[in-house]
Amino acid sequence: MAETNQNLYSGTFNIEGGNFNSAGIVSTGIKSTLKKLGIPSDLVRKAAIVSYEAEINVVSYAKKGVMTLTVHPGVVCIEVTDEGPGIPNIDLAMQEGYSTADQRIREMGFGAGMGLCNIRNYSDAFQIESEVGKGTRLKMTITTP
Amino acid sequence: MMKIEEIVQALGLEVKCAKDCLDREVTGGYTGDLLSDVMGNSKAGYIWITRQVHQNIVAVASLKEHSAIILINSSQPTAETMDKAEAEKIPIMVSDLPAFEISGKIYNLLTANS
Repeated sequence: MAETNQNLYSGTFNIEGGNFNSAGIVSTGIKSTLKKLGIPSDLVRKAAIVSYEAEINVVSYAKKGVMTLTVHPGVVCIEVTDEGPGIPNIDLAMQEGYSTADQRIREMGFGAGMGLCNIRNYSDAFQIESEVGKGTRLKMTITTP
Repeated sequence: MMKIEEIVQALGLEVKCAKDCLDREVTGGYTGDLLSDVMGNSKAGYIWITRQVHQNIVAVASLKEHSAIILINSSQPTAETMDKAEAEKIPIMVSDLPAFEISGKIYNLLTANS
């Protein structure tokens, strides 16, 4: 069974808060890494959506964040930890359409209150923890069906 | 299915960048300006119709493997958008029509050729 525990890839990527010019660069890198590893395309597609939404959340709300990608055969794990304002009410934040985004973010088409829903819907397992004034931590796992 | 090139010619679209990538097949389309809506609901090969012109549309189209982006109401992509689209090989076209009309025309073309 050693084969199933084989670590195919581990990597950590920094996300800069507030910089929409480079938004998407981390998730684009994650997608191309997964493709190079030969991960099945439906997993790659889900990982692209999940990592992009998590990256945009860090850019939109936090000072900075770190995304970690870990790949085992048939399992893609993405963790994001940010230094941001934290989420006071996670149940509310998970409701589709609920958003605290400012006008500038909304005008760009972000901040519609759909990002966390996309993350939940396209992950096979999803955990969220947050501490107000400190930051938020997401853990998403995508697996081969 | 149709190629981007055929849609460009049929509808008189102005191609702004990635002009050498117009031989891709268009598998469908999605119209929207909310990036998470497009991330969640569009599919690979789709043509994306939007009024957003900033550079983040290229990352969305690239991650979702869209065949191309169409900007509506003669909206022009920013210089940064053009540079990124060229690098990521995502064709961007401009239509003078509003979203409803260009979406309807593309829908008709795709269903007539399916």
